[in-house]
Amino acid sequence: MSVPSAVVLDPPVDAREAAPARLAPTRPLYWSVRRELWENRSIHRAPLGVAVFSAVAMFVHAVTMPSHMPGMLANDPLLAPGAVTVIYRVPASLMLLTAFIVAVFYCLDALSSERRDRSILFWKSLPVSDGTTVLAKAIVPLVILPLVTFAAICAMHTALLLMSIAARLVQGQGLASWWNALQLFELWGALLYAVVVMTLWHAPIHGFLLLVSGWARRTAALWAILPLLALGVIEYLTMNTMHVAAMVEHRVHGWYEEAFAIRVPESVPFSAPSTMDPGKFLATPGLWIGLALAAVFIAAAIRMRRYREPI
Amino acid sequence: MACIEARGLRKSFGGTVALDGIDFTVEEGRILGLVGPNGAGKTTALNAILGLTRYEGELTVLGRDPWRERDRLARDVSFVSDVAVLPRWLRVSQALDYVAGVHPRFDRGRAEAFLARTDVQPKQGLRELSKGMVAQLHLALVMAIDARLLVLDEPTLGLDLLYRKQFYDTLLNDYFDRSRTIVVTTHQVEEIQDVLTDLMFLSHGRIALQCSMEEFETRFAEVMVRPDGLAAARALGPVHERQLFGRGILLFDGADRDALAAVGDVRTPGIADVFVAVMDTPAGRDQGAAR
Repeated sequence: MSVPSAVVLDPPVDAREAAPARLAPTRPLYWSVRRELWENRSIHRAPLGVAVFSAVAMFVHAVTMPSHMPGMLANDPLLAPGAVTVIYRVPASLMLLTAFIVAVFYCLDALSSERRDRSILFWKSLPVSDGTTVLAKAIVPLVILPLVTFAAICAMHTALLLMSIAARLVQGQGLASWWNALQLFELWGALLYAVVVMTLWHAPIHGFLLLVSGWARRTAALWAILPLLALGVIEYLTMNTMHVAAMVEHRVHGWYEEAFAIRVPESVPFSAPSTMDPGKFLATPGLWIGLALAAVFIAAAIRMRRYREPI
Repeated sequence: MACIEARGLRKSFGGTVALDGIDFTVEEGRILGLVGPNGAGKTTALNAILGLTRYEGELTVLGRDPWRERDRLARDVSFVSDVAVLPRWLRVSQALDYVAGVHPRFDRGRAEAFLARTDVQPKQGLRELSKGMVAQLHLALVMAIDARLLVLDEPTLGLDLLYRKQFYDTLLNDYFDRSRTIVVTTHQVEEIQDVLTDLMFLSHGRIALQCSMEEFETRFAEVMVRPDGLAAARALGPVHERQLFGRGILLFDGADRDALAAVGDVRTPGIADVFVAVMDTPAGRDQGAAR
């Protein structure tokens, strides 16, 4: 067979052999994270959407019912402890909840959507290891989403702050005592801490969901819930106890009581000021057991991606 | 150096044997066509070569074990396994960015040059592209990778005739050089007959025929026999016979050319004709039944 000689575009064979192109080892990871963000726009849209909604809702509420919103408009900023910051704390806790929900749905889909649309064959045709791909997917709920959420919280708070300042100036009220009572930067510090501890506490949940997503052929959500539900029911029927249910519940929202010294009992995190207690959090065995489990789940998910074929 | 070397390559899914212990070698710089009916084991063989599936037996690709060293091998091997696997949420520019970001041997300029010949626009999302345009994008990405082994599994499925022709021309003119190796499977065998250097038929997980194209051309001959010469032609031992417009077309394997020329017009058969003949012979059927 004759081969046409128009191969001028190719580098000479020897050059290719002698100088194999190299990429920094972190480049595939960086681009793999980028591709997750391209695919899953809810990672930034959901926290930003809730931020915009919260800011608008709080503003409307403050304007229509000023007595409920002392932080923005009332004359005496010290009506009750923390009352001045309530419009900042409640939407922030709402956004932490949003981040958790987005992370759960992201993880459930992360390793099954690429098998469902068979794009896994394209991704696997490129020199990106299963380890890199799964790590990139784990980085989304463990790093990206917390950062995006915290940034969105700060942006929302800044918008609320500007609205408060404008409202107070229009009404001819001073800013000094109100600003002192607000302690916004302390609140931001506590929220950053909250985002970090929540993420660490939830890491085994994310790892577990990633594993289920890589394993299940369909309805990953069902496969994630049913075994735990079955365990809980069996436990209740045989021993009349509810340890499994309590464990799951504690894993979902236990981070707050483990990481904060709570002064006032509250139903929603951050509805009253609480102080950070990193020492207590780091001494919690549940934190370290959870992180170890998360590592095991992620390692298993990496192996699962290697063995599973497209659906 | 052998690019691919398989000894006793075997793979079964539950009770179904997809590859039944096959041996083959693909030398560097060859273009191998893997031909077989659906379920013959072609894709399984390619997946084993690409390190996507485990197997029994020995297999080395570019001197490496594809299952254990897939990540390292992926730098030197590229593949298009099916045209529909690019995710629909991707944008054309993102596809280029991503491959440029992760592949040390990707030449973005080349991919853009390939795309410039098509209607695919960088800003478009893959949702907006037709099936053929997605295939064009995928092929542009793969052809811009400076790989030592290129595996094409039905690369032109769903493409129109013009683009299929253009694709194989580009593959030969711009992509192929003697240091590269290409393995291609397709049902449209007539399109690749002039492209291939080697040919392998798979049937029920076994190799039904394995030869170079030079061998193919010397071994197989097709004779269009006049009705009065049919008996004489049959005496020469055809491996297959069919009728076309009232004339017998007989396929011979290793027959004497001069003797054949005496009974009719001799020509080189198409791969498809030989394929049908091989699959239709008792030997071909036995191989299937022997599972």
